[in-house]
Amino acid sequence: MRKNLDIIIAYSIMLGLIILVGFLQSWSMALSILCLCLISAVMTMGANIQWGYAGLINFGIMGYTALGGLAAVLVSVPPVREAWQVGGFNMILCTFLIAFIVFSIRFIMKKYTQSKKRSYGIAAIIIVGLILLRLISAPAIESIESVSPATTGFLGGMGLPILFSWIVGAFFAGALAYIIGKIALGLRADYLAIATLLISEIVIAVIKHEDWLARGVKNVIGLKRPVPYEVDLQTKEWFINLVEKFNQGSLNLITDTLERQELLKELIIESSTVFVKLCFAGLFTVVVIILLIITQKALYSPWGRMMRAIRDNEEAANAMGKNVVKQHLLIFVLGSAIVGIAGAMMVTYDGLFTPGSYRPMRYTFLIWVMVIVGGSGNNFGAILGGFAVWFLWVEAAPIALFLINFFTSGLEETNAFRVHLVNSIPYFRFLMMGIGLLLIMRYRPKGILPEKIKHI
Amino acid sequence: MDYLNAIVLLLNYLFVPALSYGSQLALGAIFVSLIYGILRFAYFTAGDLMSFGTMFTILFTWYFQSLGINLGFLPTALLAMPFGIIITILYVLIKDKLVFSYYRTQKSPPVMLAMVSIGTMFVTQAIVRIIIGPFDRRFFDGEKFILKANEFKEMTGLNEGLTIKSTQVITLLVTIIVVSILFWFLNRTKTGKSMRAYSDNEDLALLSGIDPKKVVMITWVIAAILATIGGALYGLDKSFKPFTYFNNMLPIFAAAIVGGIGNPFGAFLGGYVIAFSEILLTYAYKKFFVYLLPESLEPDGLLQLLSTDYKFAVSFSILVIVLLFRPSGIFKGKVL
Repeated sequence: MRKNLDIIIAYSIMLGLIILVGFLQSWSMALSILCLCLISAVMTMGANIQWGYAGLINFGIMGYTALGGLAAVLVSVPPVREAWQVGGFNMILCTFLIAFIVFSIRFIMKKYTQSKKRSYGIAAIIIVGLILLRLISAPAIESIESVSPATTGFLGGMGLPILFSWIVGAFFAGALAYIIGKIALGLRADYLAIATLLISEIVIAVIKHEDWLARGVKNVIGLKRPVPYEVDLQTKEWFINLVEKFNQGSLNLITDTLERQELLKELIIESSTVFVKLCFAGLFTVVVIILLIITQKALYSPWGRMMRAIRDNEEAANAMGKNVVKQHLLIFVLGSAIVGIAGAMMVTYDGLFTPGSYRPMRYTFLIWVMVIVGGSGNNFGAILGGFAVWFLWVEAAPIALFLINFFTSGLEETNAFRVHLVNSIPYFRFLMMGIGLLLIMRYRPKGILPEKIKHI
Repeated sequence: MDYLNAIVLLLNYLFVPALSYGSQLALGAIFVSLIYGILRFAYFTAGDLMSFGTMFTILFTWYFQSLGINLGFLPTALLAMPFGIIITILYVLIKDKLVFSYYRTQKSPPVMLAMVSIGTMFVTQAIVRIIIGPFDRRFFDGEKFILKANEFKEMTGLNEGLTIKSTQVITLLVTIIVVSILFWFLNRTKTGKSMRAYSDNEDLALLSGIDPKKVVMITWVIAAILATIGGALYGLDKSFKPFTYFNNMLPIFAAAIVGGIGNPFGAFLGGYVIAFSEILLTYAYKKFFVYLLPESLEPDGLLQLLSTDYKFAVSFSILVIVLLFRPSGIFKGKVL
């Protein structure tokens, strides 16, 4: 109990802050902060596995998040039959062609020793393959995108419940991580950072511009939810009774039946959004807890000790017979898969997929701030970082407004300088994040909750 | 068959734009490469430092315009640039004193410094957005074109016009001047040589009495100068928007790595490699072949290798390929 005191204190403060938002602003706001905090926590857990356990820098978090989101679309949207009819066959053919190219290159790589001839052969296969791909896919893409372009214009998905996408998203992200890991993991730390950052930009570019896949920047909206809709709730008998029961005190004060009806209606509308968000928060909490248990178990298992050994001294671990390259690849895939889950969760929560909104500031660098502030190598720290940083990110505007009003209270309301500052409030969050990160790195480089290693 | 028109077409849409874009990237890549070579970390603030310098150039431009000072047919920004440079130099030196010097004395690993530079990236971005806002701004004044399409057509009697914007010529001239001075400085002066020595072998350089503080300071000063000039030229040529500048960090890194990070001359060439390949691969060659081929062979597609949406993706793919096959860069830099 005593040794976990700092964790308990930190988490109670965090929870208290969110509850405070509920009292001061609104419960709906507090719950949406909580939901996104939980999603951020999943992302930071993924990044923490890579950075905290193994010391791998992965600046490609944005790419995996987007792939998770793509999975949500591909799983939950019903298939567009017409599009499949006009272009489905060619697209499937293209998939086989890509597989064929990859396998033939692998075959050549294995069969022949390195020589000029082999390189030319590989280049020829790639070029011929690309031209064939272009020839087969171009007419198909055009006809798919012309199937009622205002509403669909893409192949659609499988029409399965969206919850499946959380697993599918993990597989998508893991597969991408496997490819990237094979290419880039041999690089030195900061090279790896730049390479992953750029590759994630390529992933976003593909998702943005391949309209047949997920409508690109035209966005997919109205994804099915795993929880009830507000409109349905408001007509349900049991829900109305529940709201009545909860608010009996305030309802009994009003004697006029008409007024009482009005108030009840308002309360029902308000509490239906709260209820939906509560359901989401419950689902997300389950995911966070499951992941936390697994990662905690892994951290203190022999495997976790091996990872730390590799992180702290690669050569020594290698000399002990541990396969460093293989373990790095494994942890790279695992961490990215967790980030993929978070990406799918986020799209599920929003109910829409907007590839244009994936920007490295929000989805890569902010997550890194969370990991470093929270405490790398410590899962509780990473989750706390996700909570604290997201909370600050959302609440930065009110805090900045308060501070500006406080410091410029001597100036007039219409003072140009004051108006300018008030207008640029949204950008103070960047300042807070930056200064926060710099202060933590300087004075508490191991984060709020530093890594604890049990010595046996 | 019309070779002349085809060549003019390529000059107009490929060569001239790629040359000016490449120069802007090259200036950025050189300072990223220098910081990597001497301070030994990946400087993620690169794009935002450029926007910081450009912002002050714009502010001074506005100030001069309000005073009625201008350079005639040249943009006023050229006059404002030195002032922007001075403020940027002050900013990076203060930043170094407050933030980076601590980690240098601690001998922190380069990863740590890269993380710290992400912190300064956030701060710089906030400063720029708070002072000037996130909007698109144009600050070009003076004569816009040196050669207009119509004039060129009249002069030569060709179908294709050649447009040369004055910003493109200014970009090229300023880049040539700045880069020549820089390489003269690095190769011929004592300070420059000591910087290269420090980059090659820190311990040996310290043993031979080179003052590390001076080397670090000069590196930051050069970085600030190049960042401001590169950023202001990019802003003059296109427009100033903080978000685009942040995004430009990525092709700049690509250029620096392709050229062999830690090697300023490689980075300079890397900028052009990236710019030319971006534009070459996303250009629609239909018209070019219309001029070259007989009518019966006229192509019906656009003959575009990749859609222009993938412009950035091209430079990143080049980077990945280079990393795979020549991790030290095309022009051999530090072997990492």
